[in-house]
Amino acid sequence: MEALLKVRNLKKHFPVTKGIIMEKQVGLVKAVDGVGFDVNKGETLGLVGESGCGKSTTGRCILRLIEPTEGEVEFNGVNVRTLDNQALRRIRKDMQMVFQDPFASLNPRMKVGDIIMEPILLHGIAKGREAREKVKNLLDVVGLAGYHAERYAHEFSGGQRQRIGIARALAVEPKLIVCDEPVSALDVSIQAQIINLMEDLQEQFDLTLIFIAHDLSVVHHISDRVAVMYLGRIVEMAGYRELYENPCHPYTKALLSAIPVPDPKAKKEKIMLRGDVISPLNPPPGCNFHTRCPYAIPRCRDEAPELKETDTGHSVACHLVNP
Amino acid sequence: MTDTTSLQLKANGPQPRTNEKESRGLWADALKRIIRSRISLAGLIIVAVFLLVALFAPLIAPYDPIKDSDLVKRLEAPSDEHIMGRDSQGRDVFSRLVYGARISVKIGVISVGFALVLGVTLGAVAGYYGKWLDGLIMRLMDILLAFPSVLLAIAITAVLGPELRNAMIAIGIVYTPHFARIVRSTVLSVKATEYIEAARAVGCSDLRIIMRHVLPNCIAPIIVQSTLSVGTAILDAAALSFLGLGAQPPEPEWGAMLSDGKSYLQKAPHVMIFPGLAIMFVVLGFNLLGDGLRDALDPRLKQ
Repeated sequence: MEALLKVRNLKKHFPVTKGIIMEKQVGLVKAVDGVGFDVNKGETLGLVGESGCGKSTTGRCILRLIEPTEGEVEFNGVNVRTLDNQALRRIRKDMQMVFQDPFASLNPRMKVGDIIMEPILLHGIAKGREAREKVKNLLDVVGLAGYHAERYAHEFSGGQRQRIGIARALAVEPKLIVCDEPVSALDVSIQAQIINLMEDLQEQFDLTLIFIAHDLSVVHHISDRVAVMYLGRIVEMAGYRELYENPCHPYTKALLSAIPVPDPKAKKEKIMLRGDVISPLNPPPGCNFHTRCPYAIPRCRDEAPELKETDTGHSVACHLVNP
Repeated sequence: MTDTTSLQLKANGPQPRTNEKESRGLWADALKRIIRSRISLAGLIIVAVFLLVALFAPLIAPYDPIKDSDLVKRLEAPSDEHIMGRDSQGRDVFSRLVYGARISVKIGVISVGFALVLGVTLGAVAGYYGKWLDGLIMRLMDILLAFPSVLLAIAITAVLGPELRNAMIAIGIVYTPHFARIVRSTVLSVKATEYIEAARAVGCSDLRIIMRHVLPNCIAPIIVQSTLSVGTAILDAAALSFLGLGAQPPEPEWGAMLSDGKSYLQKAPHVMIFPGLAIMFVVLGFNLLGDGLRDALDPRLKQ
């Protein structure tokens, strides 16, 4: 299987500055700190983690909506990081994004039809009547009606708006769509609709997806492979079944044990993590999870574990698993 | 840990739930709220009357504002024939006021239009690109703001020459920083929204993002500032004309009329009172309307 997207050692560090006239750097937030993965054509990679762990930043760095500090992003054989502005705009025909907040990601002064038509016109896919026809088709594909094109975004509910956002992403017939928590702002019943829609569309248009979420059960349903992130690093990555049945990293285990089981009699060992995610401003030395890890050994404090493949397709970054 | 899926993903109907809201435009909403508030309605009426008078000046004015002069009857007190009396050249004050409204509209539109185009461009560039460009533009605007506005306008007209056109340019320059500041701050907040990021992700160029996505969402504060500025621009232009730096006689500009009447304040106060009242009411009208618009367009009051 060929990889459509290769991400290697991706880093995004945000400097923290102090002072107005004489700015000096007082710290560095390592939002993404050496993330690497491949995404194969037609597959869905789930990216999960607590809020603030850098999963959205990773998504935006791949599209270069945020300029990465370091690392490589290779999309379809092209090094995305070295593209100039014009080439970057052109490559966005092939990689699109669906945003988290359907209430903030649609321009309130534009009609829905114009929002969806904009990328079609920009990339010269169609013009005039043909473009309008295409917008109607797209609305139809995402489960809205053609007459909705004449309305403004504020006239729709959250789920419908997210459908509009998906239609906009689909308009350029992209190869890759980065979905940045597309359902976290929606009601649970609507979440299911949108996830099913994404699955249908993936099949229909042969899409490759990166699905970012903080909810493992959501990711479980749609992903072929899942990467678990903690404080800017991937701690575990595996096929979805393997990850759910055989989690190795203590953090993954804790996350999985937090998913409620709809069975009152089911007995299950809950792993409670102590404390909050520590500030990425001053990450501890060694494994950055050791402050909360119930199994931490002295080595964890000194040496950062590498992401190593244990089984085929199952990688873990933990000293306990890879001694 | 086999069954971890807590979601029952079977709720996918062919059509999503519809709870669409009734669509009302921004302007329809704003107009409704202005009419509901008595004070802003008063402003709207004053401005409307002012504009209508300017539009239909030849139909309303009983005499020609410049040619119909009778020096023998100069400074004649208000009568049935000349409801606001005659000025120092024996011209009908009422007709001159009516024609003066046209000049005031011209002043308001041109000087504010000048400030609008320049200020919005500078503000949008400063806010969107940020960094050193922002610093440079906004410090220049700060320098302009540091001058008292009328003083700066006097200085500019003194350089360009005392003419109404130059007075309008001067006022335009004086008002530019106000627009630049407001637009910059609005652009900063709009720029941070997800739909701007979405526009970038779709492949829009910077120019397109500014024109199609950023500025249309900055329109409300720009409208409010423009309305308020028209009022003060008319006032400033009248001040410049009063000082002899704006409209030149015999043009029936309100400030020039004040200046003309000032020597006869004791003998014939009507020559000064009526232009003074006209200026006051028009400026008041624009201020009331501007304040009303500010409230009416405030998104926090929506719902």
